[in-house]
Amino acid sequence: MSTTLTAGLSPHIKRRDSVPRVMWAVSIALIPVLVASVTVFGPRALLVLAVAVFSCVFTETFVQAFLLKKPVTISDGSAVVTGLLLAFNIPVSIPLWMVAVGGFVAIGIGKMAFGGIGNNPFNPALVGRAFMTTSFAAPMTNWRLPLVFDGSTGATPLGLIANSAETGMSALQSDLPGYFNMFIGNIGGSLGETSALAIMIGGVFLIARGLIDWRTPLFFLGSLAAITGIFWVIAPGSYADPLFHVLAGGAMIGAWYMATDMTTSPMSRNGRIVFAVGAGLLTGIIRLFGAFPGGVSYGILIMNALVPAIDSHIRPKRFAQGALHEKT
Amino acid sequence: MSKTFPMGGIHPPDTKIAAPAAITPLPLPAEVIIPLGQHIGAPAQPIVKAGDKVKAGQLIGETAGFISANIHSSVSGTVKKIDDVADPSGYPKKAVYITVEGDEWAEGIDRSTTLKKEITLDRESIVEKIKAGGIVGMGGASFPTNVKYMVPEGKTPDTLVINGVECEPYLTADHRVMLEHADEMLVGIEILRIALGVEKAVIGIEENKPDAIKHLKERSADYPGITVESLHMQYPQGAEKQLIKACTGREVPSGKLPIEVGCAVNNVGTAYAVYQMVQKNQPLVERVVTVTGKQVKNPSNFRVRVGTSYAACIEAAGGLPEDTGKVISGGPMMGMAVADLSIPVAKGTSGILMLPKAESVRPEVVHCIRCGACVSVCPMGLEPYLIEKFARADKWDQAEQRAAMDCMECGCCSYICPSGRPLVDYIRVAKGEINNRRRARAAQ
Amino acid sequence: MDSTVMYSLLTLGGIASVFAMILYFVAKRFHIEEDPQVAEVESMLPGINCGACGYPGCAGLAEALVEAAGKKDISGLYCPPGGGETMGAIAEYFGLAAATSAATVAVLRCNGSFAHSPRTTEYDGPSSCAVAHKLGASVSNCIYSCLGEGDCVTACNFEALYMDPTTGLPVVIDNNCTSCGACVTACPRDLFEIRLLGKGKKPRRVWIACHSHDRGAVAKKNCSVACIACGKCVRTCDTIVKAISMKDNLAYIDPDICIACGKCVPECPTGAILATFPVKAKQEDSGEPVSTGTENTH
Repeated sequence: MSTTLTAGLSPHIKRRDSVPRVMWAVSIALIPVLVASVTVFGPRALLVLAVAVFSCVFTETFVQAFLLKKPVTISDGSAVVTGLLLAFNIPVSIPLWMVAVGGFVAIGIGKMAFGGIGNNPFNPALVGRAFMTTSFAAPMTNWRLPLVFDGSTGATPLGLIANSAETGMSALQSDLPGYFNMFIGNIGGSLGETSALAIMIGGVFLIARGLIDWRTPLFFLGSLAAITGIFWVIAPGSYADPLFHVLAGGAMIGAWYMATDMTTSPMSRNGRIVFAVGAGLLTGIIRLFGAFPGGVSYGILIMNALVPAIDSHIRPKRFAQGALHEKT
Repeated sequence: MSKTFPMGGIHPPDTKIAAPAAITPLPLPAEVIIPLGQHIGAPAQPIVKAGDKVKAGQLIGETAGFISANIHSSVSGTVKKIDDVADPSGYPKKAVYITVEGDEWAEGIDRSTTLKKEITLDRESIVEKIKAGGIVGMGGASFPTNVKYMVPEGKTPDTLVINGVECEPYLTADHRVMLEHADEMLVGIEILRIALGVEKAVIGIEENKPDAIKHLKERSADYPGITVESLHMQYPQGAEKQLIKACTGREVPSGKLPIEVGCAVNNVGTAYAVYQMVQKNQPLVERVVTVTGKQVKNPSNFRVRVGTSYAACIEAAGGLPEDTGKVISGGPMMGMAVADLSIPVAKGTSGILMLPKAESVRPEVVHCIRCGACVSVCPMGLEPYLIEKFARADKWDQAEQRAAMDCMECGCCSYICPSGRPLVDYIRVAKGEINNRRRARAAQ
Repeated sequence: MDSTVMYSLLTLGGIASVFAMILYFVAKRFHIEEDPQVAEVESMLPGINCGACGYPGCAGLAEALVEAAGKKDISGLYCPPGGGETMGAIAEYFGLAAATSAATVAVLRCNGSFAHSPRTTEYDGPSSCAVAHKLGASVSNCIYSCLGEGDCVTACNFEALYMDPTTGLPVVIDNNCTSCGACVTACPRDLFEIRLLGKGKKPRRVWIACHSHDRGAVAKKNCSVACIACGKCVRTCDTIVKAISMKDNLAYIDPDICIACGKCVPECPTGAILATFPVKAKQEDSGEPVSTGTENTH
């Protein structure tokens, strides 16, 4: 027997899964959202998406090849996912050069500055978006109306209720879209955040594929509904109801795609619950009392910063945990 | 809803291609090499020397210490020499080399296949007999069986758990024993039940063996103490703590033995061996070995005499496939890749698995993406990614604090990791280092 | 506009002065009087914080030195990377006798290269000796041999080690080696030993390049340059300085006794003894140690 055998430690078999497969699966899950955004906002949505993805991939290639002088790993698809998510979080009317800058900031500062994939504390797409909201405030809030391609703009549902505490909800009732429109996406807003239906189709696919934890979206939306619900029960005339908050703005895409980002969320199940509840509550607080109408991205970014603390304090449940406590 | 253990676990493809192959006896080899240390604990002391004539079933090595096991000759013939032989990990161990001459069995051994049902011995004599027969756990760890039945002061066991899970992919040896030797095995379980002094015995079998579950449920109707528990398929259900949790709902605390929660666990193969020894006087000299692999011509389950070389087993299954990259002693999740095929089958060798070259190489290791998969599949509730990190940075105290010692090296984390990180490998290093440090602390 | 600027300046200025005061008082309150000697001694040390002296970094050794100097004896302390030169300077600084310690170097006790100890399996796993060691026999059949994954090279802080791709073994660059002992700790098979560098411009030293405790026949089968414990070197040296001893099937040359005469080198039937200088073979005039077979023909 002349064949040289291979020696190695167990396990000798491995699941056929890899980082590229994970990332491409996330990209596939975003296809329904893509279709919805093109339907709602027209062909320019595709252009914004293309520029964002290209900017992210180009930045990653440039940093790895020329600054870090390391192997280029764009084929793992993580830059594409960041690009897609960034585009889904900005309005369709934004000048394309701003999109490119946003992609550069997302990857260059949000990801590569920390050492690349797996090392970034903050969700890169949200870093890009946060940068853009503060730098390009006007174009970032220039919301095109859905299914109207003539360039006319209007406020998003969240924008409408931003001053509801003063004006009262009843005054706004006629302007607000119905829940059905909000569910299918027939409203103004960022590219990908309008259609709850499309987001959930992709999200359910990711849960089935075992790539995201169902607890994250559930607890995120649940806690958002809870905090907004409390104020709605106290003063229904001044505050919007919880279902409105769940469907409006970036809550849906944030809960399903941003808060579930692997790198920037906690490792243990319990940690992810704490993370999701925290992000949901912060989003609610920012929406109710903050200067910005939308609070999802800041809610998640703040919780991103707390992930190391969550990871070191909220440990997974050990086997025979009860007996462990008895001993001590 | 069938039972299983509650946390972690993976579902690797079970690939039980040898399952339909009935147990066939492997032809006697020309020479056997019987290692004196086939079990956990002190190796046996040889009591034969070169030139001695031995019969099959004759004692050739005596226990040396509390945790140790007798070694018997598996063939009749002449002792050639007592020399080193490599174990599956490559380390040399003392072994008795015997040239086979005929097949003559030592006196008093009943080789007939008639079922002997009535159990005449009492508790102490059963344990004594198990010890004399050199019986060890046949699931892989090879812990001397009699030691498990010496119940420590103050503990009152109430359940015997029999492991028919065989959660390792590819392996089918236990499955075949349950199908073909159900009656003998059930008597063996009764014997073990008496030896432990308990009323209840539970056989845990995974759902991927419906024929075995059905067969055993039928055959065990005569035994009121024995129940068959069908378990949801999930690896590593065959691990002692996970199996007890699945069958009885009890949790064995960290660093404790099953007796802590009133249980003892034995493999179905062990129960069969106990039957052979107690009822038929035949010590543990042969076992069922699965020889399998996707490219193996005839995936088989052989009844093999201990000491037969791996090469002989592979030859009988159609020879080593051209494209073989790894030959594994045991299953693919926890087995050991062997370097040398002349090494002998031991009491704990449950299978010989040949993997093709393409499956023998690990994927490229990339950066951890913090997906948390390793944490969610760990059946012990550990954080493999963190222990790996600590082990790479020589931070042994932190690794110990994160319960690295609870790891049983089941390999779920390495199996699931999309970045292909060598998690178990580094946890093993950490465990070794923590053990060294504990010993050093104790010595102070 | 002016008032805005002024208020800002006042507020910020006020905050700055408050913090400055706090810092000043805290620094005063918690000031620790440090012996100026410690800083001076530390500046004389190499400043690489290798830990070879047994103290946590150079500052630790400097503190210990100052303390020892108070008791007028620093002979118990030594900085291996700094060597005699550094210790001499420090001794002069204190006006005391320096610790004398001969120069040492890390030496690899294995010569199981690809050619000498053919690889029987391919190793598949992380590139780490610590992990590969868990495998047991691993790459070659010898369970004592170098695993070739380079943990020692990673551990070395002084670029004194590199892996030779043609032999699969690490090579020590004597001039860079500070004998800090990092490789000794890193090697899971304990193949490195800190030995005396040896005398001479090109230091002369002799050592057994094998760490196998296998019996002769097994060792020989696994590796052509293994020590087979035949005892010839021991007998040879017994007539000279008695520096070689045999334990667990492995010969060992005590560097403190060895005079580096090189007489044992050609005696070894497998060539397991290496020397830093050319040694004449027993009969022929080749510079290489004689190998098996040639010996009995004469």
